[in-house]
Amino acid sequence: MNAVSMSTSPSVNASPAMSTKRVIGAYVAEARSECIRYMRNPGFMLPILLFPTMFYLLFGIVMGKSEGADAARYLLASYGVFGVMSPGLFGFGISLALERDGGLLTYKRALPMPPGAYLLGKMLMAMVAAAIVILLLLTMGVAMAHVAISAQQAGLLLLTGVLGVLPFCALGMLVGTLIKGQGAPGMLNLVYLPMSFLSGLWIPMQMLPKVLQQIAPIWPSYHLHQVALAAIGMNHDAIGGHVLVLGGFAVVFFAIAARRLRRYG
Amino acid sequence: MNPTSDVVARLSGAIKRYGTLTALDGVDLVLHRGELLAVLGPNGAGKSTSISLLLGLIRPDGGRAELFGLDPQQIDARRRIGVMLQSAMLPLTLRVGELLKLVASYYPNPRSLEESAALAGIADLLKRPYGKLSGGQQRRVQFALALCGRPELVFLDEPTVGMDIDARQKLWAAMRALVAEGCSVVLTTHYLEEAEALAQRVVVMGKGRVLSEGSVDALRAQVPLTRIRCVTDLDATIVATWPQVASAEREGQRMRISTNAAEDVLRRLLHADASLSELEVQRAGLAEAFTELTREEHTEEESAIKQEAA
Repeated sequence: MNAVSMSTSPSVNASPAMSTKRVIGAYVAEARSECIRYMRNPGFMLPILLFPTMFYLLFGIVMGKSEGADAARYLLASYGVFGVMSPGLFGFGISLALERDGGLLTYKRALPMPPGAYLLGKMLMAMVAAAIVILLLLTMGVAMAHVAISAQQAGLLLLTGVLGVLPFCALGMLVGTLIKGQGAPGMLNLVYLPMSFLSGLWIPMQMLPKVLQQIAPIWPSYHLHQVALAAIGMNHDAIGGHVLVLGGFAVVFFAIAARRLRRYG
Repeated sequence: MNPTSDVVARLSGAIKRYGTLTALDGVDLVLHRGELLAVLGPNGAGKSTSISLLLGLIRPDGGRAELFGLDPQQIDARRRIGVMLQSAMLPLTLRVGELLKLVASYYPNPRSLEESAALAGIADLLKRPYGKLSGGQQRRVQFALALCGRPELVFLDEPTVGMDIDARQKLWAAMRALVAEGCSVVLTTHYLEEAEALAQRVVVMGKGRVLSEGSVDALRAQVPLTRIRCVTDLDATIVATWPQVASAEREGQRMRISTNAAEDVLRRLLHADASLSELEVQRAGLAEAFTELTREEHTEEESAIKQEAA
């Protein structure tokens, strides 16, 4: 039947092993495709870029004129956080929900894609999108509202955005594993918008009712806001606690989501 | 030579339940190197569940699934297979060439982009975004993705659904080329002529069990019926009562008779009606054999396994 005499070992034979270089190459290829496919998708990129920049233009720059440069500076951190949340929540949540529904996730699981490459790719994509949002806001703040910000502060804000997207990736992933298909965008907005408001991203915390101020620490965006304010020199308290809480949120959300993903696919 | 050394995939006594529903009820399936195996069966027969077990997408509740002697969930086993699933929404904004490069990056020794594209007949599509392709073109791209890693075993789940005749013929030719290279293929299909044209071995499934297994000829021989068609004035209800006649029906001017002793029935027919004309005699095809094998299944099928997991 088969002319070629095979090795007598019943298990693995003849197949060349995957070199480490090729495994790394697979991770890179996955991340690259994930970035390209979303950058090419205006339905995904436009809302992520437009909402924070438009809000900042309106409330931070145009209406904030009377309040002075400090308002534009404060709101740079607020809308920065607002803008960083969406690539995490939507980039992860919606795409995961749709891809579980459309069979892409099943297909990827059947392929010999290295473990985690799928999630890592999405994570990198969200980090790139977050960086773009922060850079846009920084440019607007400096060019249009003349916010005095040092290069170091700008760098710290960028870093805050790029790393700060991670807990929201994990939260988006969790929602994506709970909801399949078209229901995800609505659900995520239900998380995104109230959470932004309750964390003082739209209206400064001090203007919110006392009770809302007291429960604010349960929202991850509240903590990221504090870190972002510190990055641009508007918050001189220690931020170690906030960073820890954000890391904790990320780990817990991710652990629950990964468990669900492994169990139910 | 070790008799098991050319087994590339195996299900042994595989059982899968979804709640109270038994999707697979002790399925044994063996696939040899360089073989094209067609898995046939009505919807809900357990075809997709069997494939999912072999791909490691789900775990059996009983029995075992093996790929190259390994657990299918081990990535080393999956590095030797290629997959084309029934429904996979691939990223619409990626170009065909980008998709091919991405999937090829998962494999240790993939084909070149040009080779994969030529094998699947998509060389002219490489620069096009996947979302802008027709359904048939998308299927061909998915086929290219299945073979781009130079796999030793390819799973094709209903590969020609939505293809026109020309595209289907091309895909058949590509599958034959794969098998000629020594690649094994597992093909599930609704089209019996596809199994007839390609498969060395056919497995018929129904209600989560293997109903029959063997070559196309052997399967056909299980149903030794021959079909006779002719224009005649004889009464179909009377012919139906003749010995060795399984059934006789009238279709307009023509009568259609199924029998397992064509020679005897023909002799009697010609004797009874001297003016008989337009005589055709044909052996039962795979379609009849398939209908015969799965007949009992059909009656209960409605109530039974509809929600077979994809």
